[in-house]
Amino acid sequence: MLYAILCYNAEDVVMSWSKAEDDAVMDQLNVVHQRLEREGKLGPSLRLMPTTAATTLHKQKDLVIDGPYAETKEQLLGLYIVDIAGLDEGLAIARELGKANPGGAYELRPLRLYLPGVDMPATESA
Amino acid sequence: MTDLAWIDGAITAARPQAVGALLRYFRDLDIAEEAFQDACLRALKAWPKNGPPRDPAAWLIMVGRNAAIDGVRKRSRQTALPDDEAALSDLDDVETPLAERLDGADYRDDVLRLMFICCHPELPQTQQVALALRIVSGLSVRQIARAFLVGESAMEQRITRAKARIAGAGVAFETPGPAERAERLAAVAAMVYLIFNEGYSASGPEHAERSPLAGEAIRLGRLLLRLYQTEPEIMGLMALMLLQQSRSAARFDADGGIILMDDQDRALWNGAMIAEGLALIDKAMRHRRTGPYLVQAAIAALHARAATPADTDWTQIDALYATLEQLQPSPVVTLNRAVATSKAFGPEAALAMIAPLEGRLSGYFNYFGVKGALLLQLDRRAEAREAFDRAIGLANSTAEAAHIRQHLDQLTADAKAAGVS
Repeated sequence: MLYAILCYNAEDVVMSWSKAEDDAVMDQLNVVHQRLEREGKLGPSLRLMPTTAATTLHKQKDLVIDGPYAETKEQLLGLYIVDIAGLDEGLAIARELGKANPGGAYELRPLRLYLPGVDMPATESA
Repeated sequence: MTDLAWIDGAITAARPQAVGALLRYFRDLDIAEEAFQDACLRALKAWPKNGPPRDPAAWLIMVGRNAAIDGVRKRSRQTALPDDEAALSDLDDVETPLAERLDGADYRDDVLRLMFICCHPELPQTQQVALALRIVSGLSVRQIARAFLVGESAMEQRITRAKARIAGAGVAFETPGPAERAERLAAVAAMVYLIFNEGYSASGPEHAERSPLAGEAIRLGRLLLRLYQTEPEIMGLMALMLLQQSRSAARFDADGGIILMDDQDRALWNGAMIAEGLALIDKAMRHRRTGPYLVQAAIAALHARAATPADTDWTQIDALYATLEQLQPSPVVTLNRAVATSKAFGPEAALAMIAPLEGRLSGYFNYFGVKGALLLQLDRRAEAREAFDRAIGLANSTAEAAHIRQHLDQLTADAKAAGVS
C-alpha cells in the first residue's frame, strides 16, 4: 500500500531557523530516512519552498493568483512533480492538465529539496 | 510537550502581528509593548502546561489586551478584574471567535502600521533601524547596541528619543486607503532593505555582531511578502536579499577581509537561497511591472546563474543597470553600471561613463576605487595611482583600505621591476 505523508508546520517559525537549527533537524530526519530507505519503504521526499514562492491557477476562471491555494471548500487530491525551466512553463503544463480535468485549482510550488528515494512499482490502476 | 525553543520561535514570529494589533487597541507604543511582554510571560507559564495554542498571535493579543486593560483599571483605582490566571484555562474557547474576528486585512494593516511608524521621515536612518529592531523584531537593547558598536545606555537613549519623536508626530490609526497603503509599503520595504544592508555590508570586526541583521531583514521580508503576496516589488526585495545573502559564506576570508565576487568560491554559495530568489523573480516578472528592487534582484540573479565569473552575462547586466538608471537616477547607480560596462564593452567606455560623475562623487571611496581599476586596465599607471591614493583616503573601513593597498603595492612593485630591467 502506498501512502503519502503530508507535512504541516508553522512556516514563519521554520523559515526563521538558523542554518545550524535547520541542519540539526535534517540530520535527525536523515537517520529515519536512511532506515526507511534500507527497508525499501521510502519513495520521493520533498521539501517545499515557502508559500510566498507559490502561484495558484484557478482552472475554470483561468485565473493566476500569487500565493498558495487558500480555499477550504476543496481538498488536496493529488500532486505532480515536474522538471521545467520556470513558472511560465509550469503554468502552461497546469493549463493543459486543467483542460483534461477541469474544476478546482493547481498550486505551483517550487521545491527546495528533492530526494528520489527507492524505486516503487506503479499501482495496479488509477 | 511544548519545548522552550518552539515557544521562543512562535513568540518571535507572532510579535509583529501581536504588537501591531495591541498598538491599534491602545494607540500607545509603550502600552502595546508592555502588554505584549505581559502576554509572553503568561505564555511561558501556560503553554508548556496546556500545550501550544492553535494561533499563538491571537492568544498573545487576547491575553495582552486583557492584561493591559486590567493594568489600566488597577492604576485608575477601580475594582480590579479577578485574577485572570483562572480565566486563562478557558481561553481556548474564546480563541476561535477572536481569531475569526481579527481577519487577515486587519492583521496586514497592523503589521504595516507597526513597521511604518519606525520609518518616520523625521527619524535619521540609523534610528529607524534601531527602532524597528527593538519594536518589530523584539531584539534587546543590548543586542542592538552591540550591533551598532555603542554602549547600552546610549542605545537606550537613542531608542527613547526616537519613540518620543514618533509619539509627537502622530500616526494615522484609521485603515489606510490604497494609495496610503502603497506609500507605507514602499517606506517599509526601504527600511527592511536598510536593515539588510546594515548586516550585509558589515565587514571586519563589525561583521560577527552585525551580520545577523541580514537574516532578521530576510525574516521581516518574508512576513511582508506573506501579507502582500501579489506585490512584485516585495517579491523583488525578497529575491534581492536572498540572492545577496546566498553569497555570505564566500564573501570574507579567515581574517575578515573582503573577497570580491570574481574570487569567491562559488561552491560556498547557498543553493536553496538562490533557488528561492530565482523563483520569486519568476513570479514577479509575470506582473510586467518593473521596479528598482526587482531590477537589482535580476542583476543579482545573473551573477547567481553564472557557474564561473567568465560565464557572467555582462551585456544583460549592463542593460539592467540602464533600466535601473531610468527608474532611480543616481550617480552611484551609474558607477555600478560602469563596472558592468567595462566587462561588456571595455574600460574605455566605462571611464567615459563615470567621468561626468566626479564632481558629485568626489567624496566617495568606490568612485576612485573603480576609476583606479579602470585606469589600471588601460595601463595608465600614474593616473591609476592617483585615483587609488584618493580612494584610500576615503576608505570607510580597514578592509576597504587594505583592498586598495594591494593595488598600490602592486603598482609600486611593477614600477620597481620595470626600473631594474
